[in-house]
Amino acid sequence: MQYVDEFRDPELAKTLLAHIRHKVSAIAKASERPLQLMEVCGGHTHAIYKFGIDQLLPPEIEFVHGPGCPVCVLPMGRIDGCIEIAERPEVIFCTYGDAMRVPGRNGSLLDAKRRGADVRIVYSPLDTLTFAEQNPDKQVVFFGLGFETTMPSTALTLQQAKRRGLTNFSIFCQHITIIPTLRSLLEQPDVRIDGFLAPGHVSMVIGTTPYGFIAEDFHKPLVVTGFEPLDILQALAMLVDQIHDGRCEVENQYKRIVSQQGNALARKALDDVFELKESSEWRGLGSIAGSGVQLTPAYREFDAELRFNTQEHQEVADDPLARCGDVLTGRCKPNDCPLFGTRCTPQNAFGALMVSSEGACAAYYQYRRGLA
Amino acid sequence: MCLGVPGQIVAVGKDIHQLAQVDVCGVKRDVNIALICEGEPAELIGQWVLVHVGFAMSIINEEEAQATLEALMAMSVLEHEVGDFIGINAGADDAVR
Repeated sequence: MQYVDEFRDPELAKTLLAHIRHKVSAIAKASERPLQLMEVCGGHTHAIYKFGIDQLLPPEIEFVHGPGCPVCVLPMGRIDGCIEIAERPEVIFCTYGDAMRVPGRNGSLLDAKRRGADVRIVYSPLDTLTFAEQNPDKQVVFFGLGFETTMPSTALTLQQAKRRGLTNFSIFCQHITIIPTLRSLLEQPDVRIDGFLAPGHVSMVIGTTPYGFIAEDFHKPLVVTGFEPLDILQALAMLVDQIHDGRCEVENQYKRIVSQQGNALARKALDDVFELKESSEWRGLGSIAGSGVQLTPAYREFDAELRFNTQEHQEVADDPLARCGDVLTGRCKPNDCPLFGTRCTPQNAFGALMVSSEGACAAYYQYRRGLA
Repeated sequence: MCLGVPGQIVAVGKDIHQLAQVDVCGVKRDVNIALICEGEPAELIGQWVLVHVGFAMSIINEEEAQATLEALMAMSVLEHEVGDFIGINAGADDAVR
């Protein structure tokens, strides 16, 4: 496949690995303790394990799996809210497949479907508009979930719904934004991260400029990165070069997709449809100011929670033994959690990090169980 | 949830509200082009784009893709020459002989 296969060339991967090993061996602090490099995006976490990149690197490099998996940071209470709406007899509830198995207090959306709710997995939010037009006597609700990567597609879908005058369509809005969360993470006292691999497809929308504070205020190097093995290895080489040279800059490895200014058309659609919420709850991280969005007044008629007047659900009800938050902030590895592989498995997940294929625990379980 | 696939635009409608056809590995998919189309949709035919949840999200910059690969290849040649110079490639060459 063009733009995929050439970024998987094993010979070039060997060259990058040799460069990384050579440079890391010359970084004095890496001999005292491993460099902690955070891959912010769950797509990167999955790729790192799938391609075995973590096992090819020298022991002086340790990955920290960041908060950039929207399913993993989804609080239980939000799933409870979705289920409350999905179980109404007049509702067709549509979601991306990733969110189907996330447990709430009354089970998951999959459990609600088993109980008889009309819950449908969609590939694209555009499919939900078709459902709304085909079922005028039903209320079609789309679970809008994700960071800036999925936000523009929800925004364009809402613009189309408004243009078509659909009165039986609404969204359950759980869109969140990554920049305030990275700032909140860096402000925590006991989190030590030596550099960041920044999410390629969020950056495709927001550009590289919003990461400036990470280099300027927190003095951490950062490289925006694609998802193929050579992308990740080249970005690691760029990060290690920065640490070796004592530089803290925002660099872009993924220039074939990401520009400095991002996608202006996408951001215009976001500004039309979404506005920042005062604060949002993140599973494992708590409440973070300005990290979530809600619909602007012009689109509020499409807010499913207002339309169905849902109750306030308790946001987080995690088992105190579960260490989801510690995994998300790099304080421990997935297999350090007492529930890992016992009470919490992909088949019967307790935490969302085990549910999503992009969650650190699910990736660890699938690719590294027994090796750690 | 955040991954995308590269595809090539093969057909477009008259305006951005009509779906375009993208060839992804030989399979034709209908995608929305409103996020990448600033002029006439017809100008997009033949372009490579990144497709995510039914939307073309970015036009792939072919020059930048080529530049990235060329930089990696140049690095590969350089690392090999350095390896020859300091002798770490010698074992492999001996084995071939």
